[in-house]
Amino acid sequence: MGTTQDGSGRTPAATKTATSPQEGPAVGAPRERINHMPGAGTARAEAISAGRHEMLHDTLRKEIKSLAERGLKRPRIGADALCEALLLQGVDVFFGFPGGVLLPLYDVLGDYPELRHILVRHEQGAAHAADGYARASGKTGVCLGTSGPGATNLVTGIGNAMLDSVPMVALTGNVVSSLLGKDAFQEIDITGITLPCSKHNYLVRDPNDIPRVIAEAFHIASTGRPGPVHVDMTKDALMGVCTAEHPDTLDLPGFKPNLDGHFRQIKLAAQEIARSKRPVILAGHGVLIADATAELKELADKAQIPVVHTLLGVGAMDETDPLSFGFVGMHGWKHANKAIQAADLLIALGMRFDDRVTGHVPTFAPFARIIHVDVDPAEIGKNVAVEVPIVGDVKRVLKALLPQVEAVAPEARAAYLAEIAQWRDESEKTPWHGSGAWRNGQLSADFVVCAIGEASGHDATIVADVGQNQMWAARYAGFRRPNSHISSGGLGTMGFGLPAAMGAAIGRPDKETWAIVGDGGLQMTSQELMTLVQDHIPVKLALLDNRKLGMIRQWQELVYAGNYHSSELLGPDWLKLAEAYGVPGFRATTPDEVDAAIAAARAVDGPALVHFLIAEQQNVFPMMPAGKGLSDLLEEQFEEPKQ
Amino acid sequence: MTPTTPAGPAPAHTAPPARLMPGKGEAHRHVLVAIVMNKPGVLNRVASLMRARNFNIETLAVSHTDQPEVSRMTITLRGDDVAIEQAAKQLYRLIDVLKVQDVTYDPIVEHEIALIKVRADERSRAQVLTIAEMHKAKVVDLATESLIVEATGTEAEVDALISLLRGFGIKELVRSGTVVMSRGTGSIEEAVKR
Repeated sequence: MGTTQDGSGRTPAATKTATSPQEGPAVGAPRERINHMPGAGTARAEAISAGRHEMLHDTLRKEIKSLAERGLKRPRIGADALCEALLLQGVDVFFGFPGGVLLPLYDVLGDYPELRHILVRHEQGAAHAADGYARASGKTGVCLGTSGPGATNLVTGIGNAMLDSVPMVALTGNVVSSLLGKDAFQEIDITGITLPCSKHNYLVRDPNDIPRVIAEAFHIASTGRPGPVHVDMTKDALMGVCTAEHPDTLDLPGFKPNLDGHFRQIKLAAQEIARSKRPVILAGHGVLIADATAELKELADKAQIPVVHTLLGVGAMDETDPLSFGFVGMHGWKHANKAIQAADLLIALGMRFDDRVTGHVPTFAPFARIIHVDVDPAEIGKNVAVEVPIVGDVKRVLKALLPQVEAVAPEARAAYLAEIAQWRDESEKTPWHGSGAWRNGQLSADFVVCAIGEASGHDATIVADVGQNQMWAARYAGFRRPNSHISSGGLGTMGFGLPAAMGAAIGRPDKETWAIVGDGGLQMTSQELMTLVQDHIPVKLALLDNRKLGMIRQWQELVYAGNYHSSELLGPDWLKLAEAYGVPGFRATTPDEVDAAIAAARAVDGPALVHFLIAEQQNVFPMMPAGKGLSDLLEEQFEEPKQ
Repeated sequence: MTPTTPAGPAPAHTAPPARLMPGKGEAHRHVLVAIVMNKPGVLNRVASLMRARNFNIETLAVSHTDQPEVSRMTITLRGDDVAIEQAAKQLYRLIDVLKVQDVTYDPIVEHEIALIKVRADERSRAQVLTIAEMHKAKVVDLATESLIVEATGTEAEVDALISLLRGFGIKELVRSGTVVMSRGTGSIEEAVKR
């Protein structure tokens, strides 16, 4: 061991070939070290050696520091280019969690105080927060995670944004590029993992690619049908000197979304509307994404067409509007489903005929011809065959369509609208527990959600988790403002509520933010309560605690013959938990305590939690059983379920 | 079990016909040409998308084009017209895909190359050679116990030759997958020339 090497053969200088075993070292002579590096002596082996060494010693960073210590201006590195690029894209806040390979970025982040970094407690929270931020504000959300587990923790949030078409840029660090594919510490093929669940992804190995890639990522994420774009950057890309300027133009020959609908198709649509006697508009998330709520109302008013929504389309039209009839689908309003089933023309705007909306497709809207407007051509004819497809941005298509639509006098459609309004009056009565008490006097969830909507003047951003709470929120909170309803529709991600509300509160600081969550979902991401406190994010949590995985229990009761398994759920003492995090907590166990608890939470300057101890066995009705159609709804039976 | 209450509306029109489900038509072989950016991972993106969308690729041939930054893929797969249109539209969603064309019904030249190592000794060699000759196939290697036949043609033509040679014993078989080009002066790549 007489050499000056550091003991592992890491040094690039160790280029001597291994001693062959036959001619072993003579006894007593200093043994020559064996270099175990495959291909030792080659440039590639040296780069790998340097990478491993650098993972342990951070030599490059020291070099930068030492330059600074010598009074020289700090060179611009990839991480600087990233911060500049984010600022150029108008990012003022992002959600992240540091890690080894991200340290070069966190080293320079302090030099960009206008870029607010919110330290989450789990990367999934960062991704959902970026998602909630994007949905509430209409801007592109940004989240950040380190290589390996940090990146894989982001994946659920990226998938969630993908299925709900939310503009998001997810940034991850990766190991030094020479170690890619070596199973280095915290290395995983994250671009391979996000490939099928992102709109596009990049692996950046060169600091000079960062300005271009970030510009492209934001463009792709927010243009056409939005979606998450994942940018994976190696540590050397973040640390290396970057001389590239930010691009003025983008060269993406394969990305040219078609935003204007074809004029002939739009003309056909106008003719269909003129011919129809029982038209229904089905407004989806695309209406909100395209900011086409004014055009939607104009079309509905002009041709006197009732509007129903998909779950994510809730809020596209003020629910108090006489032409607005609530949302459709598995747990949608019975009258809205009936309107679809009895329509002779369905005008589907910015939606994708999800199975939760259509049910059994052969029985979906059986009398209706369908006009389908969507910006993504792949959605046309994917789930349902349609008569008039229009590929384009909903706002632009409606603007072109409106002058061609014949105005219909309200009297001409009065009988039709009155019929749907009558269905509504009936269907609003059946599952509603107006007294606040469900069956044996326990607190009823629909009543709680309704009270929150009213207390906040129907102007708050209301973020739901997933499950029964999500359906109660969508049905009873009462949405009057676009983007005031945020829900994980496509992926149905439990644990979405709290972190997404965190992002929504930051995205729309001018609006009150409520998260309506269940005890199951909150236990998945409750660690973000600490983030709310640390960053003083004023989210009000309404915890609908039924001590159950409610939707699982509901299906087990109704579909699996009451065979309850794993739907019983223990929870912590929620008020103690809130107290431990420093979040003021309140509790309501009876209907008459609800208003006071909500008022107390609203009076708190900062985050607050209200623990609503709701009925354990309350179900969401109506319900379309899987495999059935919109006409086969189960409704609440007013008798105790058999246990 | 809780009794169910079917909540059907009472529409006054005709009896409802079943709504069409896309992709339930008759499946047959389609040929797609995809012009893509020659970027790392683009093959993975295409293959991953086809798998994720439940399409089964039968053959896939990839190569550069005359433009170094552009590659061309020829994909054959089975499905009804609606399903294949859906596959093409899904491919278009990939940022690196420039153009997708279903050339199944277009006038095209279609070829694949196959190398077939056939057992052929003194007794059977003459017969194998005759069959190869009649299929305009070449013998590119000759050994005492076997020979290699190089065949080009459409998938069906190559299939026909292989089935004739199978009786002699095929020791090894490799096929390149179909490549196609449109007949006439038109070019599939025209739209993406830069």
